[in-house]
Amino acid sequence: MASKIAPPPPSDPYKKLGAPQLLRIHELMVRARLLEERLIKMSKGGDGFFWIGGPGEEAFNVPLGLHVKKGHGVNFDFLHLHYRSSAIVLSLGAKPIDALRQMRSVGADPYSKGRNFVNHYAIPEFNVVPVSPTIETQYATSIGTAIAQARAKTDAITIVNGGDAGTAEGDFHSCLVWANRPVLPLPLLIVVVNNGYGISTKEETQHGEKNISDWAKVFPDMPGKTVDGNDVASSWAALDEAFAYIRKNRKPYLLEARCSRLYGHSSSSGANRIPEPDGIELLEKNMTSRGLAKADELKKVWEREAAELDAAHQQVKKEPFPAVESVWEDVFADGLPPSYPTKGGS
Amino acid sequence: MANMAQAIRMALHRGESELGVTEIFGEDVGAPLGGVFTATQGLERAWNSPLDERGIIGAALGLAWAGGRPVAEIQFVDYIFNVVDMLKLCANGYWSSGGKYKTPLVVMTPTGSGIHGSMYHSHSFDSVAAKLHGMKVVCPSTPNDAYGLMIAAIKSDDPVLFLKPKALLRTKGEELLPGEPDEKTLHDMIDAPLGDRTKWKPRWPKLGEYEVEIGKARISHPGTDATVVTHGRMAPICLDVARRFAAEGRGSVEVLDLRSLIPYDWEAITASVRKTGRVIFVNEETEIANFGEHLIRRVVDELFYQLKVRPRLLAGKATPGVALSPALENFIQPQTPDVERALSELLAEPA
Repeated sequence: MASKIAPPPPSDPYKKLGAPQLLRIHELMVRARLLEERLIKMSKGGDGFFWIGGPGEEAFNVPLGLHVKKGHGVNFDFLHLHYRSSAIVLSLGAKPIDALRQMRSVGADPYSKGRNFVNHYAIPEFNVVPVSPTIETQYATSIGTAIAQARAKTDAITIVNGGDAGTAEGDFHSCLVWANRPVLPLPLLIVVVNNGYGISTKEETQHGEKNISDWAKVFPDMPGKTVDGNDVASSWAALDEAFAYIRKNRKPYLLEARCSRLYGHSSSSGANRIPEPDGIELLEKNMTSRGLAKADELKKVWEREAAELDAAHQQVKKEPFPAVESVWEDVFADGLPPSYPTKGGS
Repeated sequence: MANMAQAIRMALHRGESELGVTEIFGEDVGAPLGGVFTATQGLERAWNSPLDERGIIGAALGLAWAGGRPVAEIQFVDYIFNVVDMLKLCANGYWSSGGKYKTPLVVMTPTGSGIHGSMYHSHSFDSVAAKLHGMKVVCPSTPNDAYGLMIAAIKSDDPVLFLKPKALLRTKGEELLPGEPDEKTLHDMIDAPLGDRTKWKPRWPKLGEYEVEIGKARISHPGTDATVVTHGRMAPICLDVARRFAAEGRGSVEVLDLRSLIPYDWEAITASVRKTGRVIFVNEETEIANFGEHLIRRVVDELFYQLKVRPRLLAGKATPGVALSPALENFIQPQTPDVERALSELLAEPA
């Protein structure tokens, strides 16, 4: 009797990912996109203030989030994100309503109690450390959690995420040097999402590097790669390789993702739709053309997610703003000393 | 009697052996040097970092977020200015995250003048440090206070900036720590030999409990006629002058060694000023936007009617740097005769 031989894996990367996984990715991408568009509307409509976010990065950020070993403590992955990482935190399980709360700066904002800009998360249960408006400092702080994981017996890693323009800052280069110290290489995924701009300044006018990932070339033990971050399958494959390399070898990996910036830098530059490639449109074409999903089915995802967002927005509108006395909470871990000056002058 | 560097070293050893400190790091902090002032010599958990202040503070913050209690060093406070925004992240992370992330870390750094350090080994940092709201800031003037404050800093769930007065790191105290051996024995036990140190290991003395609460000042010399509020390098100078004034019958001066700048011991300042009605704030930072100026404003606001004469500040002169030539450094930075003159005037002014 002839033995059964399994068919070779499909060479088509979308078929390889398969419909269930692609539908999961699609749903999260839509959720992230609709959330960002809602946040922009809130910013423009006086239902919040400054907006900055990551529409256009979903095709890379959702696969990234789905690769994370999520949890709390050194035995789970740490994430040092920036303000364009909404699709990552949603993929971890963060709720869109919490971003709406931060945009409206209500007291129930779980990330900052109404103190910080939108998309500035702090989620200890997922090891998402506080996001700061400062550019590139996350590359310096990522060193610390990665040291803790390099010491521990774990396969958990640290992921740091930022933009192309910020790589001119010294903190990016601190991260590269510390990640590659011969005495203690770090299990660190160094991600740079390259959208081609620093606010209004084009990357090619300021950066002579052909690829930002070329910085990896000077470190023998650190692979570097540039990937099309608008394409889900390419992003997934690159992340698969990078996560596996770091988890196994306990060494760093530099991954650059070229992504669109679909609404410009922030509300300060108008936050209007820009004609750049759209990763969700691309994914939907790749799914429907292969018979991995039907257009109607995908459309329903948009409708369902929009309805949930509507309900969440209505709820947040009813929530109170923080009490002014709350500014004295969380100044010190052991409370405010009784004689601490609180009058703001005489 | 331990000097301040030895006291800090012993506190850090207690930190690494009993209080959960797993990383003590910075430039030249590990073997073979053990710190440019030897404050980390012989410590098991001490290691050398790249020459990169931003990486050092970033690493400390990440380690704290990962559940550690790191102690990081900036080799001289003069090198800390390129990392002020990282220190702000340490200070504001608990608040900005709505209380989600505590930041238990210690940043220690030698501060101030007095070692002929010229432009970039003489800075003070008090006023900038005091504006890193959310950060606790301490600055001892004796080995025992340095030991006790380091223990408290390590235990604290807040970030603590531990300012080590450069000029005092080699000075000895007047009292032994509980269980501290005599000077020669201590030297033989914990000071690395000159030359090859590869096989040397310290023998740590077993010390008794000793901790100085952050936020509590110490009256180093009681008095009734005038109050000196000081800290760090100026504290022993003020103490010497107060003792001499007492011995010579020139006035009873109370010296309040703040020890903690943030939070500062307003209750202790209040009690002393109420008693004496005369107060001077003495520190070695430049006079413009000086930390002592804030305290003077608060004294005027809250203790105006208890004052007999105007409150004063004795501070460094607002030059772009501290000059190398001793004549210039001694002119720029307050010295013993300046303290003596300022105190004489404070005591002599008619109420």
